[in-house]
Amino acid sequence: MTAAVFFGCTFIAFGPAVSLFLFTIAREPLRVIFLIAGAFFWLVSLLLASLVWFISVQISNKESASQQKGLLIFGVVLSVLLQETFPASAGVLVILGFQRDIIMLCCFVSVSGLGFGFMSGAFSVVNILADSVGPGTVGIHGDSQHYFLSSAFMTMAIILLHMFWGVIFFDGCEKQRWLAVAAVVASHLLVSSLTFQNPQYVSSLVPTYIVMFFMGIWAFYTAGGSLRNLKLCLTCKDKDFLLANHRPR
Amino acid sequence: MSVMSVSDSDEELYNERTALVPAQNPAVPSYRPDPELSPTEDSDSKTAGRSGGRAGPDPGAEPEDEEEEPLKYGAKHVIMLFVPVTLCMAVVVATIKSVSFYSEKTTQQLIYTPFSEDTPDVGRRLLHSVLNTAIMISVIVVMTILLVVLYKNRCYKFIHGWLILSSLMLLFWFSFMYLGEVFRTYNVAVDYPTVAMVIWNFGAVGMLCIHWKGPLQLQQAYLILISALMALVFIKYLPEWSTWVILGAISVYDLVAVLSPKGPLRMLVETAQERNEPIFPALIYSSAMIWTVMMANPVDGQRSETGSDEEAELNGGRAEPPSRRPRPVTEEELEEERGVKLGLGDFIFYSVLVGKAAATGGDWNTTLACFVAILIGLCLTLLLLAIFRKALPALPISIAFGLIFYFSTDFLVQPFMDNLANHQFYI
Repeated sequence: MTAAVFFGCTFIAFGPAVSLFLFTIAREPLRVIFLIAGAFFWLVSLLLASLVWFISVQISNKESASQQKGLLIFGVVLSVLLQETFPASAGVLVILGFQRDIIMLCCFVSVSGLGFGFMSGAFSVVNILADSVGPGTVGIHGDSQHYFLSSAFMTMAIILLHMFWGVIFFDGCEKQRWLAVAAVVASHLLVSSLTFQNPQYVSSLVPTYIVMFFMGIWAFYTAGGSLRNLKLCLTCKDKDFLLANHRPR
Repeated sequence: MSVMSVSDSDEELYNERTALVPAQNPAVPSYRPDPELSPTEDSDSKTAGRSGGRAGPDPGAEPEDEEEEPLKYGAKHVIMLFVPVTLCMAVVVATIKSVSFYSEKTTQQLIYTPFSEDTPDVGRRLLHSVLNTAIMISVIVVMTILLVVLYKNRCYKFIHGWLILSSLMLLFWFSFMYLGEVFRTYNVAVDYPTVAMVIWNFGAVGMLCIHWKGPLQLQQAYLILISALMALVFIKYLPEWSTWVILGAISVYDLVAVLSPKGPLRMLVETAQERNEPIFPALIYSSAMIWTVMMANPVDGQRSETGSDEEAELNGGRAEPPSRRPRPVTEEELEEERGVKLGLGDFIFYSVLVGKAAATGGDWNTTLACFVAILIGLCLTLLLLAIFRKALPALPISIAFGLIFYFSTDFLVQPFMDNLANHQFYI
């Protein structure tokens, strides 16, 4: 519980997301606005889910711990579903013919997915990080010692997953591939359900990371990437780099 | 230290500042370009005007760029306001979270909110906060009307003196207090001569930048800092429920004052535009920068580039400096970046909302939610500005979103997220 833990966990949780932000979003004002809009919509979906959960708690039996836990799980599932309705409604708009700015759209999708992810990650982890600065002992009552670290890793996975889900979801909506859409919703539910097994971190973190890698590869191919593109990019022979440096291929 | 003597000018000061105006034409005469050269903006330029004030799009531009240009241009202006608003809020939140002085309960109150909220009875407390709000808002209304009357009667010296006095107080006294509290928090021992030197330099440079000429970014930085200081004072000295009611009431007042035909702020903006004068520099944050690129001599085709700060140009006397007058024949391109202006009162009240969210409860989720809500509100307001193209109140939408999100996050989302974090469930 020191500054080292705070900074370490912060960088683990937000490192990839912030670097994505700096390299792809910060230069373009329009993308920043989409990022904030994505964050806002996530917030609204969370609000609705909390409202439902709150009402259900008020009318339930407050003494029974298992009932409360069950209600919490219900709240989680509901919030996941609500989170998917926002991109769904935007996706419907796309199908209905809002299609003129396809170029804008591709940025919009991944950027607002990242906005979703940022907000989701921030809400999950910021209070924990703030507590990690102060004095204390982790797991003094017999809980896991790895609370902070596992939270940070989970947050990183969730943020990246939101971005990948956004890309795949929109592409599925646009090309009417409902299997892709269903896969996104299903994997989101899967990842959230995996966290119900915390604090057995191995069984929750490892599958989450596997899902994240798969989703990442799927999103990469959906967005038009390929092995060839990747190779060109990594060896600095891709078109943008060459144009910028006026070198023949 | 008693703050009972917060000057009246401060009260009205921040309320003059609650307006969002599109950038006005600075005192550069409108320029009629050669037909084959790229068009410039017309003289009453707006933030997202279709006329695209650049020298021209790049030759290889896709057709979609034509449609995207105004959108990107508008987005740039939105970001030009997002950054200072974010910075101001960040300063306020950082101070609240680290320097406990500003979030301590205090029995002192401003003279504008004489009713205390110490009663346990909910109804009585609500009544007191409503009464406090009524007093505060009436003080603000009176001050605003006084300012408009003075402006209409051209009592510029009086107004300038008033503004100078209040910025003096902000830059010297409040920053001295702030510095003292920061040192106290971090237990740093500093001697008085050093502090005197620091405060003197800070204040003197601030007065120069705000009221006279200075680099644009330094002026912007000072405006952000004084807004943050003012917001901190409000957070400390306004009682809790009164703050929320005041925020709501002042958004309504802002709406009325800027949009209704006899509203004082609208009259102020219109009079300023009629007389082609800027509204006082100490009240408005401007994001604009003018670059005039012109040929010095048509024969040798030498280009000279001058960049200047719009505020500085307009502050240095009402007439423009003669060197800036372009020769119509030789001028090659007039590239201008016109910005948006946001009143300082908006900064102050946004920061009060976010700071109060940070101070009460100690929960970061609420603060984040309010922050995002305010930014989205600002974005929507700027969108409306681009559509309607006249001065608009910047407070109502953002404050409404902010208040909704504050209360709902605090009461609904907070318990949910706490429970989730307890079990380490992720959504």
